[in-house]
Amino acid sequence: MHLAYPAVLAVLLFCTGLYGVLARRNAILVLMSVELMLNAVNLNLVAFDVWLRDTLHAGQALTLFTIAIAAAEIGIGLAIVLLVYRNRGSSDIDRLRDLAERPDGGDATGHGAQPQPDTEAEAAA
Amino acid sequence: MTLAATAAAHGFLSPTGVEIAFLLVGIATLGAALITVTTRQLVHAALWLVVALGGIAVEYLLLTAEFIAWVQVLIYVGSVVVLLLFGLMLTKAPIGRSPDADSGNRWAALVVALASAGTLVWVVVDAFRATWIDLDGAVQGSTATLGRTLFQYWVLPFEALSVLLLAALVGAIVLSRKGGEGKAPAADLRSGAARTGTAPREEQH
Repeated sequence: MHLAYPAVLAVLLFCTGLYGVLARRNAILVLMSVELMLNAVNLNLVAFDVWLRDTLHAGQALTLFTIAIAAAEIGIGLAIVLLVYRNRGSSDIDRLRDLAERPDGGDATGHGAQPQPDTEAEAAA
Repeated sequence: MTLAATAAAHGFLSPTGVEIAFLLVGIATLGAALITVTTRQLVHAALWLVVALGGIAVEYLLLTAEFIAWVQVLIYVGSVVVLLLFGLMLTKAPIGRSPDADSGNRWAALVVALASAGTLVWVVVDAFRATWIDLDGAVQGSTATLGRTLFQYWVLPFEALSVLLLAALVGAIVLSRKGGEGKAPAADLRSGAARTGTAPREEQH
């Protein structure tokens, strides 16, 4: 098999995931796009492992590790998204702007006001 | 020219059956991925993600990595998508079309994605124009082979990974527990840190 087939497919899947991460608003849809990007990398790892005929099978072992880490990541990520939804009533990442730099607020007020929403969120939890 | 020689040996314009199957499954996978990132129905996005991940599992099978393929089916299709569906339900995602599924910067995202896709496809095709995977001979990723290498050469990362999974499990439980006792240790920790004067919030002032 020509090596370009899996490599090009992995590139296109990765860029699809990149578009999803940048363009989606719901945090869970962003997590789905991250899964697509991780799968593109896994496809590359398996294809190059089969191509190189590695005796250690480093590519396939790393693919297994990536899958396990992705499972851990999706668990933690969904827990964080649920916590944010419980505290804020929304999981739209556009609206989570507590850490954003506001053009009107000065630097001093930004530092002074920083602990405020943090304690509020913990009180609401 | 080595390129012409290898092309003549492998058939540059006459793809093999495996290549045709890979191409067809790849088109289906890519289409499902595109629908996943563009559809406005949130639950349909998760279901199209199942198609995309299953297609990638078939690609693993075509690359003779059968153990990875079944792990992909078990973990991604079996548990990750179910977790995502649970997340969609618990955050009360709207059933049906939601007009604000995409944020305002989708055109910038499209430009970035197309530019990176063009660049990477050009680089990859240029680099691996004359490279062929030899799929004949012994199966590369059978369960016996992979199990032997995993437990001979990769034991230490494997065990570290189990510790990481345990830590992620405990972290997810702590994060998703409802209030109550969860607040007390944090407040305790903060007062203890303030007493010794090592809290980062104290250092700022």
